[in-house]
Amino acid sequence: MSPFLSQEVPLSWYLLLSALLFTLGVVGFLIKRNLITVFMSIELMLNGVNLSFVTFAHQWHAVKGQIFVFFVMMVAAAEAAVGLAIIIAVFRARATLAVDRIDLMKL
Amino acid sequence: MNRPYHLWLIPLLPLAGFLINGLLGKRLPKFLVTTVALLAPLAAFGVVLNAAFLTLTPMELRSWNGPGPIPRLVSVPYLESFGTWINIGALHIDFSFVLDQLSLVMLLVVTGVGFLIHIYSVGYMKEDAGYARYFSYLNLFLFFMTTLVLAGNALVMFVGWEGVGLASYLLIGFWFSKTSAADAGKKAFIVNRIGDVGFLIGMFLLLANFGTLTFSEIAAKLAANPGWTGGVLTAIALCLLLGATGKSAQLPLYIWLPDAMEGPTPVSALIHAATMVTAGVYMIARNHVLFDHSPFALNTVAIIGAATALFAATIALVQTDIKRVLAYSTISQLGYMFLGCGVAAYSAAVFHLMTHAFFKALLFLAAGSVIHGLSGQQDLRKMGGLRKKMPITFWTMTMGVIAIAGIPPFAGFFSKDAILYSAFQQGSLGKVLYFVGLVTAALTAFYMFRLWYLTFTGESRDPHSHPHESPWSMLGPLVILAVLSIGGGWIGIDRFGSFLSAVTGPTIDPATAPGGKSLDIGLSVVAVAVALIGWFVAHLFYGKKTQRPAELAAALPAGYKLLANKYYVDEFYGATVIKPLMATSTYLLGWFVDKAILGGAAWLLGGIATFAGALLQRWQSGNLRSYAAWLAAGAAAVLLFVVVPWSTVWPVSLDFVWKVAGH
Repeated sequence: MSPFLSQEVPLSWYLLLSALLFTLGVVGFLIKRNLITVFMSIELMLNGVNLSFVTFAHQWHAVKGQIFVFFVMMVAAAEAAVGLAIIIAVFRARATLAVDRIDLMKL
Repeated sequence: MNRPYHLWLIPLLPLAGFLINGLLGKRLPKFLVTTVALLAPLAAFGVVLNAAFLTLTPMELRSWNGPGPIPRLVSVPYLESFGTWINIGALHIDFSFVLDQLSLVMLLVVTGVGFLIHIYSVGYMKEDAGYARYFSYLNLFLFFMTTLVLAGNALVMFVGWEGVGLASYLLIGFWFSKTSAADAGKKAFIVNRIGDVGFLIGMFLLLANFGTLTFSEIAAKLAANPGWTGGVLTAIALCLLLGATGKSAQLPLYIWLPDAMEGPTPVSALIHAATMVTAGVYMIARNHVLFDHSPFALNTVAIIGAATALFAATIALVQTDIKRVLAYSTISQLGYMFLGCGVAAYSAAVFHLMTHAFFKALLFLAAGSVIHGLSGQQDLRKMGGLRKKMPITFWTMTMGVIAIAGIPPFAGFFSKDAILYSAFQQGSLGKVLYFVGLVTAALTAFYMFRLWYLTFTGESRDPHSHPHESPWSMLGPLVILAVLSIGGGWIGIDRFGSFLSAVTGPTIDPATAPGGKSLDIGLSVVAVAVALIGWFVAHLFYGKKTQRPAELAAALPAGYKLLANKYYVDEFYGATVIKPLMATSTYLLGWFVDKAILGGAAWLLGGIATFAGALLQRWQSGNLRSYAAWLAAGAAAVLLFVVVPWSTVWPVSLDFVWKVAGH
């Protein structure tokens, strides 16, 4: 094992990356107009959270955090399936994916 | 040998009739409806007759066996209990029936006269579309009336009491498409409610002071404390009296009875003359121990009775509707019964109740026959000359008129005489009341013979009328009731009184009181003379076609107007009770409370919600990114709240706020 590799990456780096990913997701969610991009932003947020879960699990040698990650991935997979189905249905009905124009619920 | 009476059958048979005709009557053929309707009271009457036979037999044996203990088939009072009805803490009320001499007499009258009137109704209501409905109501009435009479405690009596009120309401408003009939039904119901409040409060007071509503237990407790008079007993007696004045149409609550004549005539005969309206008298006789312990209440009963008797008799003098004359006459005769109760001559009152049931039912049914024969004509001024056209109605009604006028040897004489004699014995107040009763007797004879002359003698005053005699289903009951009106009084008050004495206490027997016999005969002669004078005056006025009535009315316009308008009592109540009530309901309760306060509060709440909704609705833009922005802002706010150490920013701890708030 090389000395370079033996040097551990500090905890804060992981957390910073995690926060960065999450913030990117939030910003993308707020500013993008394409429904698919918005959807991908949500995935980004989820993975940002996943990263911090894994980090802490490794740090504290707690397996619970890792289990949580699996749960999140499972839910995200299900969500992706349902969400993409909705997106396709919306596109078929409205011929658009611009979120600002999908406003049928508005009074 | 102890044969049971099966008292439960007496009310349940009419109830079965009510259920069958009420539920299936419309689908059943008419003769089946008639059969059911007649069988129910007939069977009930049979059960009562059986009970009467069982009760009366030992009296027969007494004369056979001479001295020594009397073998009894069944002893009265005979109690039939159907288990506990209410059992809460100290309050324990059974659903029980009691048969004693008093309830036996009442039952005989109710089911016997009731059955005759059922027969009569078959002829009278033959053409009516509501035939089955009519008979179901009539059977319902008998159910409640027999429950009332048989009741072993005040609460069961109250059930019957309210039930007969319901039946009365249904039958007064039987032709409900007529506004006046519907209004009369409501009036009867509402005025009776006022009396019922008295009855209810009386029952509460009984419960509070005696801890029981059972008549026999109350009597036993009072017998154990002979010195207990007045005070709360007066209050109880007066409350019960209020109930009785409502049901028995006495001052000041009599106003519903004349209007009740809107119902079919057999109903007026059964409910509003013979049976239901006597429930008040029955109730006082049933609770007479309470009244006996309160001289004030007794005097009140006597004064109300005498005043009502005179008051109603004067109104009856000038009424032109044949049924209204009889209605006021009923009120007047009920006044006699109250007078009898008020002078503690309960058996005399019940005696008059019985004879009155015979002759007043007869008079009403005969009047119904006249109305039937004239195709609905009720106005005395348009009758006349019916003697030849309706001979049987004429003769039976004549018997009734003589009976109510108090001319011997007809039934009314004996009972009225017994009441007047008892009143005369009761000190100076009694003498005054006796005199009032005597004047009323003269007035009674006058207005009854006036009715008789106007209806049957002379020439017909309506050229368009084609009178015809009624069918035998109507005349049969008339004949039977006429026989009872003649012979019903021959039993005599002394024998009747001694029969009832087990329930109503000893009566003053004219035969044994010192100087009683001669006084009794003297008073009887006076009463008969007075009645004959009444007849004579009526003969002078109405015997031939004269102008005397019109002249008298013209000579005393104010007096005539006062009587013709029934002393303006309805108007007086309208102005003093109904109008303020209506105004309060319309303005204070309707406009202020309902519309302003309740409506305003509802409007305000609704307005706030609508306004808030209108504001919040803008939030729901339907724009996904605006939702997301709010979501992010909210999350940021929560984060801010959690992360920032607020106690350093704003040095008031939440604990402190918690404590200040009082925890």
